[in-house]
Amino acid sequence: MAKAEAGDLRPGWLSRLAEEHARVFFFSLGKLWQNPVGALLTALVIGITLALPAGLHVLIGNVDKLSYSWEGAAQSSLFLKDSVTEERGRDLAREIEARPGVARTGYISRQQALDEFRKLSGFGDALDLLGDNPLPAVITVTPLRKQTREQVAALTDELAHLPEVDRAKLDQKWLERLYAILDFLQRGVAVVAALLGIAVIITVGNTIRLDIQARREEIVVMKLIGAPDSFIRRPFLYTGFWYGLSGSVVALLFVLAGLAALTEPVRNLAGLYESDFSLAGPSFLAVLEMFGAGILLGWLGAFLTVSRQLGKIEPR
Amino acid sequence: MTDIIHFHDVSHRYPGGHDVLTHVSFSVKQGEMVFLTGASGAGKSTILRLIALLARATRGEVLMQGRNLRQLKPREIPAYRQRLGLVFQDFNLLNDRTVFDNVALPLIIRGHSYRDVGRQVRAALDQVDLLDKEKVHPLFLSGGEQQRVGIARAVVTKPELLLADEPTGNLDPQMAQEVMRIFARFNEVGVSVLVATHAIDLIKAMPYRIVHLEHGRISMRTPIGAHHLGDTQHG
Repeated sequence: MAKAEAGDLRPGWLSRLAEEHARVFFFSLGKLWQNPVGALLTALVIGITLALPAGLHVLIGNVDKLSYSWEGAAQSSLFLKDSVTEERGRDLAREIEARPGVARTGYISRQQALDEFRKLSGFGDALDLLGDNPLPAVITVTPLRKQTREQVAALTDELAHLPEVDRAKLDQKWLERLYAILDFLQRGVAVVAALLGIAVIITVGNTIRLDIQARREEIVVMKLIGAPDSFIRRPFLYTGFWYGLSGSVVALLFVLAGLAALTEPVRNLAGLYESDFSLAGPSFLAVLEMFGAGILLGWLGAFLTVSRQLGKIEPR
Repeated sequence: MTDIIHFHDVSHRYPGGHDVLTHVSFSVKQGEMVFLTGASGAGKSTILRLIALLARATRGEVLMQGRNLRQLKPREIPAYRQRLGLVFQDFNLLNDRTVFDNVALPLIIRGHSYRDVGRQVRAALDQVDLLDKEKVHPLFLSGGEQQRVGIARAVVTKPELLLADEPTGNLDPQMAQEVMRIFARFNEVGVSVLVATHAIDLIKAMPYRIVHLEHGRISMRTPIGAHHLGDTQHG
């Protein structure tokens, strides 16, 4: 009799579930609000832990952006055969400049090359002993800024096969080294982020464990009156969610504060190199990723702990 | 009448090796109210624990409406416990929540809507005369009032069986009588009730069956309808 009556009064399972989740959502927030100092300290610890990889990620993103702007400075040098006349060399430079993907070209005659070498190397007297000018004429090719490394390399390779060209050299070794260092740093940040992610899980897990101990009697009563583990677990999972979210907010504030502190020195440094480079903050997507990672780690820490702890509390 | 609870040759031994129940067989009929009596350590609470699946019988069978509780899987236990109403000697109320929230908890666990929860909680509180205390926290109530909150929480879902373990143990005689009268009122509307108590004087005048335990064995039982301990069967 009673069961039928109770069953008839219940709304659909979806609306019941939504109502229950809404209740627990605010209930768990209220529980944190009752202990603001403890919740704030936990959020600070999580925030500092998340801020380190997030900040490094933002900095590497800025260096990556800077290196992209340098990428356009990569030049190809085409060493011409000795048989190519200066007139033909200058014509060839103009022809190459008309090609797609090329921003500009420059022609350095054999004599210009020798004069420049004489001036820079300090071997002026020794060069006088040579009968012929040993240096070839050179065409410098500057690719368009939007060209990728691969496109620039392909263009250089193509120009190397021209009949007038003896040898071609792509001058971007230093850029490749920078990219290698960036790849290494990005991998390092990923490893640090993974380790600190585990630290967040442990931090949230330990906080939730203490919370469970403090609410042990409540859990026992709930079990006695028939609450399934999913019902008992839910508020703790939302607590993990709140810790993750608040930690992410703190981390974002730390990152923004760090960027604000570095903006002026970086601008000054860039100015010394005649660059208008300035530090960029995290993108909206990066912020979303950071919040998602924080919430996921908070939830995971809570889930792992509460699942283990609930099994230890009698009655089972 | 069918049995709501049936114990068939049940024995229970604590992990340390102490036998707390030995070959216990008895039944509670649907809609019946039964008292389990006996001294401390006689096994009354163990019987209630076995019914609530807070412990599993070492030997024998405990059946709830014909189903052997041994067959219940762990994941089925919460739903099974939701069919029971439990009243405890030390009330087991959540002191950081109001009377309303305490009584509402079983309904929330079952997923009732807010509107339904409010209606049923107030109906339960009305039945134990605590409607005016719904916003009070349990620590501000007397022992008798706290026990009535516990009873309201136990009955708010209209359980199939109400189990009470020494519900008057912490109450003065007058309040104890009132609590027993509340159980009787619920039984009158069809709720099956099993009360473990050592307060023989409190119940001997009540028209309900008594199962008396001594050292884990049933030593005496009064037949259904017997009004006093003089009309007994020894078993």
